[in-house]
Amino acid sequence: MAISDLTHSPADVSPSDPPGDDRLSRVPDFGRAPVGSAAETHLVHIWEAAPGWRGSLSTVDHKTIGLRYIVTAFIFLLIGGIEALIMRLQLAGPSLTLLTPEQYSQLFTMHGVTMIFLYALPILSGFSNYLWPLLLGSRDMAFPRLNALSYWIFLFAGIFMYASFPIGQAPNAGWFNYVPFAGPIYNTGPNIDVFALGMVLLGISTTVGSVNFVVTLFRMRAPGMTINRVPILVWGTLTASVANLLVIPAVSLAFFLLWLDRQMGTYFFDVANGGKPLLWQHLFWIFGHPWVYAIVLPAMGIVSDALPTFCRRPLVGYAAMALATMATMLIGFEVWIHHMFATGLPTVALSIFGAASMVISIPSSVAVFSWIATIWLGRPVFKTPFLFFAGFVILFVIGGLSGVMTAAVSLDWQLNDTYFIVAHLHYVLLGINVFPVIGGIYYWFPKFTGRMMDEKMGKWSFWVMFIGFNAGFFPMHISGLLGMPRRVYTYSSRMGWDTVNMITSIGSFVFAIGVLIFLVNVAISLKRGARAGANPWDAATLEWSVPSPPPAYNFAVIPVVASRHPLWEDRIGESGNRSSLEEGYLLMEGRETIGTSPIDAVPEIILKMPDDSYTPFFVGLFVSLVFVGMLLHWWNFTGLMIILTIVALIVWMWPRKTLVQRLPDAPQREAHG
Amino acid sequence: MKIIKSGFYSHAALKQASGLAARLAVISATVVIMTPAADAVEAPLNYFLHSYGPASRPTMYLGWVLAGLSGLVFLVITLLLLGALLRKRPAMDPRTIGREGEGLRWIYIGTGISTCILFGLVIYAMMVLNAVAKPAQTPTVTLTVTGHDWWWKIEYDHDDPSQRFITANELHVPVGQPVLIKLKSADVIHAFWIPKLAGKTQMIPGLTNQQWIQADVPGVYTGQCAQFCGAGHAHMGFEIVAESAGDFKKWQDAQRQTVSLAPAANVIPGHKLFMDRCAGCHTVRGTHASGQHAPDLTHLNSRRRLAGGLLTNTPEHVMKWVVNAQQLKPGSRMPSMVLSESEKSALALFLSKLD
Repeated sequence: MAISDLTHSPADVSPSDPPGDDRLSRVPDFGRAPVGSAAETHLVHIWEAAPGWRGSLSTVDHKTIGLRYIVTAFIFLLIGGIEALIMRLQLAGPSLTLLTPEQYSQLFTMHGVTMIFLYALPILSGFSNYLWPLLLGSRDMAFPRLNALSYWIFLFAGIFMYASFPIGQAPNAGWFNYVPFAGPIYNTGPNIDVFALGMVLLGISTTVGSVNFVVTLFRMRAPGMTINRVPILVWGTLTASVANLLVIPAVSLAFFLLWLDRQMGTYFFDVANGGKPLLWQHLFWIFGHPWVYAIVLPAMGIVSDALPTFCRRPLVGYAAMALATMATMLIGFEVWIHHMFATGLPTVALSIFGAASMVISIPSSVAVFSWIATIWLGRPVFKTPFLFFAGFVILFVIGGLSGVMTAAVSLDWQLNDTYFIVAHLHYVLLGINVFPVIGGIYYWFPKFTGRMMDEKMGKWSFWVMFIGFNAGFFPMHISGLLGMPRRVYTYSSRMGWDTVNMITSIGSFVFAIGVLIFLVNVAISLKRGARAGANPWDAATLEWSVPSPPPAYNFAVIPVVASRHPLWEDRIGESGNRSSLEEGYLLMEGRETIGTSPIDAVPEIILKMPDDSYTPFFVGLFVSLVFVGMLLHWWNFTGLMIILTIVALIVWMWPRKTLVQRLPDAPQREAHG
Repeated sequence: MKIIKSGFYSHAALKQASGLAARLAVISATVVIMTPAADAVEAPLNYFLHSYGPASRPTMYLGWVLAGLSGLVFLVITLLLLGALLRKRPAMDPRTIGREGEGLRWIYIGTGISTCILFGLVIYAMMVLNAVAKPAQTPTVTLTVTGHDWWWKIEYDHDDPSQRFITANELHVPVGQPVLIKLKSADVIHAFWIPKLAGKTQMIPGLTNQQWIQADVPGVYTGQCAQFCGAGHAHMGFEIVAESAGDFKKWQDAQRQTVSLAPAANVIPGHKLFMDRCAGCHTVRGTHASGQHAPDLTHLNSRRRLAGGLLTNTPEHVMKWVVNAQQLKPGSRMPSMVLSESEKSALALFLSKLD
């Protein structure tokens, strides 16, 4: 049967429909592979990584990569947090001298760079990497090796950007890095070169990661998981990934041009030679604002998927939420000017971008009412993850409202570059990213590790974090309204900001204690947490149908999905087909999974997945060393590393018989029907 | 000039001598002056509660409306959320799962109301923007402010080039009149901001931005650089003195004067020292000092504050600044000068003549 013959409606995918294509070598068997069966043992053998360091370097298992992303990003979160605490000590009172202005500049720059680039997106990539194949009913991401490469480059880029920190030469022009302050005249050290090259390097990681998510969504879903059945987290990450593919080039270009200006004598941003400083702001914010949504939409997805579990009902308004996610991103491309209201652009242009910045709250309100309705109509179970998600709704609303205030152009002329913005962005980034992330870790920890986290400590961690967060960040609104500008390393007591800053500093330390309780909880639960079954929360989605932690192959048989809530089907009161989870496609001639059609998830092909390989590690390493060479002006070394990168890529791409998906000599048949 | 240096009250006090009418005027003026002066003690940049001119007042009201509305929305959402969390529910088998497809009305109504409010706000925000974008009348005074690391050069424009003059870190404007300010930068991006009079505007190298202000109440307002510009960003403040048209004219006339140092013998060592050590960066009109890298010091003692707002302008602070600039304002372009005691007193004497 040819692909084009599969024209029936997706809900009717019958478990026995084989993937159809004349050029396929075989039609997969349909059956069962219970734990302990010969088939299951064979799958373990096929999919498990080699033991020891060899497996660590060569594994392409999305679960390992996902956890690495989460752990690495969380370490960066802690580093960024410590930087923030040091700054809060300096700002606790007026005219303190704990830090010099230069140290303060490096700290706030690295705090921003770390949190925005090395924590906020990578941690969500971690969740998505770990969860996507499990949510979608697949055995891996579309490009497992690309996935490994994406992690290695992220790790190396993070180390790269911190390389100059110990010698006191860290990036110091703010994460927004405006020229000419970041240009060669006013910033002569290596500080900005490290940042510029590091960002281009990190851009490679984000780009290949995004490609992987997009292709995975459209190709790797279990049969029957039509596009309107994928979890909201998938919508969030998909939307974010598409946005990244569109905007990363802008920022990579900007940083590359800056590096050329600094090191090669070009004048893209140099006024004296006809360059334009404002060009930087456009390139940066064309990237920067969509990025802000890229680092919150998947986190909102975490809440939309996990909240219903604790409300004992499906999300209210699934379709509205999916559409709101995409609408946010579409409008998100039209709002970058609201970072530039004070640059002297014509007021008509400002009005349009201001209006777009307000209208973008409409999809956000869809999300808020969807969550509240889900809680209202459900029967909430007050477990720790639920507390984080419910608390998140409050923080989301506060961050959203202060966002509307800054969207009013003339008011933004006052608010812009004051602590009001600092308050707003922390409600958005901590509230909408960190709270769902910690809640998400509490929620999926049993899946990650096979053990539950401690509930009592969990509730403590929530309340301390929630109270500390609001005590720390709400007063920043006030200091902003009292005129306190951002990025000042100290302030005079005649300005009237003493009290609010003291409260802010105290709150930030309370918040840090909450994070510490969470970390202790993780450490203890890893060793001594209660054993978790496959589905400890009685949740609805596919990841809970496999053991905790999941086996290397994820699904012993590729399931066939018939609804959005495969594990709740018998209780949700819906008639219609039932998902088939125990019985499915048996694929065990090497690493295999099912490829399905983009919209209706009709099985089309047996995808041959690559084995573990060292090449992603080495490509990542060599590419990173290219950037090290560029930073140090070791041109011969750079050339050598480029050659080694190409060699490693050739090894990676070398055709292998085992990966042939279609018979090469079969006649090409025209699609018909 | 002394009058201005010592501030508004003494200025007003001088006026009291001239009859009953003037006395009444002074009393009423003092009452008005008290308002900004009193809260200046609390938070001189508090734009949320205070506006003293038409370039910021509509924005302040917009801020109140938005803040009030935000508070209301927050309250409603919080109550809804608390209701959702805490409302009583009938006992049920814990394994029961709610049905999909319910509750869409929440989204329709909630989003519907939000949308109406947001579109209303879009229109209101545009109206406010339109109101503050341009002054109602043509500005009577035009001046250019150039941001430097980390101070402000101020040039008063005039049709007659001989009437133009340069000062630093302290603007004077006539009360009740719109003033056009052209904004430039000599190095990196800064942002010009007098919160109680207007929003901020970036000063971008290669561009000339514009901004207008109008102070309806006489007094001293504080300004601050709002765009991170490096080590001295925290100490890049300035002041703006709004005064009657007559006082403003007097101030301008005084600022146009060059220094005429009396040929007193005791000034000569300090004068020479200044020419050797300071004149490369600073200008003192009427002497050979014509440096362009640092504030014009011709009328140093007419200003209220020093070093971008860091210190009040007293003779002790002047010398403290000269000797300790790097400790007081780390990274400043002003070096900490190494001077012997006799050099210090000579320089102090010279500087004290810069009225």
